[in-house]
Amino acid sequence: MPDTPDIADRHDAVCVIGAGGSGLAAIKNLREQGFAVDCYERETSVGGAWNWRHDRSPVYASTHLISSRPLTEFPDFPMPDDWPDYPHHSKLLSYLERYAQHFGLGDSIWFGTEVVAVTPVGDGRWDVTTRSTGGGAERIQRYAAVVVANGHNWSPKPLPVDTSKYRGQVIHASAYKDPAQLRGRKVLVVGGGNTGCDIAVEAAQQASTVWHSTRRGYWYAPKYVFGRPADQVNDKMLQLRLPLWLRQWIYHRALRLTVGDITRYGLPEPDHRPYESHPVVNSQLVYYLGHGRITPVPDVTRLEGSTVELADGRRVEPDLVITATGYLPRFEFLAPELLDIDDDGKPDLHLHAFARKHPTLAVIGLVQPDAGLFPLAHWQSVAVARWLRLRATDPVRAAAVQQRESTRPLRSWTRLRVVPSSRHWFEVSHTSYLRTLEDLLKQLEPA
Amino acid sequence: MSSQVLRFADWTSPVPPVRREVLSALPETAEDNPPVLFVPGLGHGAWAFAEHWLGHTASRGFAAHSVSPRANGSLRAYVHDVVQVAAGLPRQAVLVGHGAGALVVAHALARYPARAAVLAAPVPEGWSALGAALRANPLGTLPALIGAAPRLSRKQLFSAELAEADAYRAKLERTPAAIYRQVLFATPPAAPVGDPPTLVVGSPDDRVVPRKALDRTAARFGGAPLLFPGMAHDLMLDTNWREPIDAILDWLTKELAG
Repeated sequence: MPDTPDIADRHDAVCVIGAGGSGLAAIKNLREQGFAVDCYERETSVGGAWNWRHDRSPVYASTHLISSRPLTEFPDFPMPDDWPDYPHHSKLLSYLERYAQHFGLGDSIWFGTEVVAVTPVGDGRWDVTTRSTGGGAERIQRYAAVVVANGHNWSPKPLPVDTSKYRGQVIHASAYKDPAQLRGRKVLVVGGGNTGCDIAVEAAQQASTVWHSTRRGYWYAPKYVFGRPADQVNDKMLQLRLPLWLRQWIYHRALRLTVGDITRYGLPEPDHRPYESHPVVNSQLVYYLGHGRITPVPDVTRLEGSTVELADGRRVEPDLVITATGYLPRFEFLAPELLDIDDDGKPDLHLHAFARKHPTLAVIGLVQPDAGLFPLAHWQSVAVARWLRLRATDPVRAAAVQQRESTRPLRSWTRLRVVPSSRHWFEVSHTSYLRTLEDLLKQLEPA
Repeated sequence: MSSQVLRFADWTSPVPPVRREVLSALPETAEDNPPVLFVPGLGHGAWAFAEHWLGHTASRGFAAHSVSPRANGSLRAYVHDVVQVAAGLPRQAVLVGHGAGALVVAHALARYPARAAVLAAPVPEGWSALGAALRANPLGTLPALIGAAPRLSRKQLFSAELAEADAYRAKLERTPAAIYRQVLFATPPAAPVGDPPTLVVGSPDDRVVPRKALDRTAARFGGAPLLFPGMAHDLMLDTNWREPIDAILDWLTKELAG
């Protein structure tokens, strides 16, 4: 056997990286457009972030959906309508497993296989180097296109404070799995996002003392308003095409009347208007603040010995610090310039999906919508599949579409007014984003 | 036309769940065939397929299911129910709609990528269905024009020699005229997703679906209808029920192989 592997040419086949929700949608929709697909998944089963069986999954025992079921399901494969409004994460995994089984996607997936490198070889084709996660020789195969769906919730973002001199336990939220980890301890939860709030609430039920450190003030929306899931009420306003200022006013009023003034509990006033950051949906945080089970504290500035120093000079002595700092997208198998990744690790993609200089390279699911991700991942992958099909069958029209797309204004599909943060750059409004995708889909329709 | 991508109706007021009646017949040996889901028209229930077609389909190696339309439904709710049942099956399903159920299937195809679709005696949209009903059964149909539930007559649905016709007719449920109006005069369905192969079957002697309407429906899916002369509208209950279902399954077997 030679040491250098031969390059196996897969001709018109497309390579999909990752078999989570986005990857599965990509496989299904590419196959629907007639493409052969090879999908590589480093874990041994489908589900990605929702696959709690593996270490990189961010879910913890009590994870439930943040967006309600109708806004989260795939548009062509609804979740059972007798499921609750906000299903448990284990239901999400079974949903993805059924999706894969229903459409027979397993035939296209290579489990336990990691993608090591993806390199362009000219004329739009790609060499994909893979390796079994159990070790062994690398293998190179050549594909007509590559669709990256490796997720963005598996590589924890480090706490920007030095923890080396701290004697207590510091874990990232990704390592938090079970409420037993909190029982009877003094816990400091860092981070005001959805995960940080969920864990703070859980700590309030289990731990002896809970501090919740947030850098800024947020709008904490309840999961239900007017007896309906909050996102469904919000979409009613979007359906009526109410202007942003009016929606902001209604949001503000509704929160004032139901949740009330959160500064009363010692939380900072939000430093931005509603809809300018990723929505935090949590009905219980304010409840536990009101019961004194959670003490809100500002940013962490120093960890040393057994004490944690806070921005207002206060010192607390937790046994356990949980950092819900979020995750960062990572694409180690791609040279940064292929996705136009800048110094902050932020790719620059058309519609957050299409590589600007490589028409046969796309990323699915790299968006942070104010609703579930699956509908967006579905329509993104339909667009990518139709784009690749059009490129193969009608290059002239494909070039015309590309030309037109290059003039599409940025503000039509991305949120320009969001608070600066490492993950808000891919924040989108699901309605404006889907409107833009729909417009692109019309252009890509087969003649 | 409402958007297929921005589904505000589903996002803001989802169809309420109900217990759906689903009848099934499963093949004795597990084969690699897709399941077939039969969708009855208005007035009929899942029983209409359980009579002959479900068992026969199963005997030919396909898992067969039929779903009854929900009580107090609407076109949107019927479509929702069909998609819910289809998505609940273990494999990508083949949808077979009969009569007005074919219209429901046509709408469902825009929501769910079926493996294949069959429209049996598909009731056409709009006025032509009403015209045919008035000609075949003026007394039963006229009240519908002023909002009463139309009455389907024996000779509209069944051929003269069918012995069980009266028993079947007794099982029919009267559907309010408003539902007929909703199904017949809805915005035409959007294009099917996933481009499923589609077959139209019918009879030139059907008194509900005019021959021309059959041709039009088939032409929309790029084909000609498969015809079974001498049969009445309720193909699945007629004395000759075996012929159309065998033709459908032959076609399906050929499409799946291709």
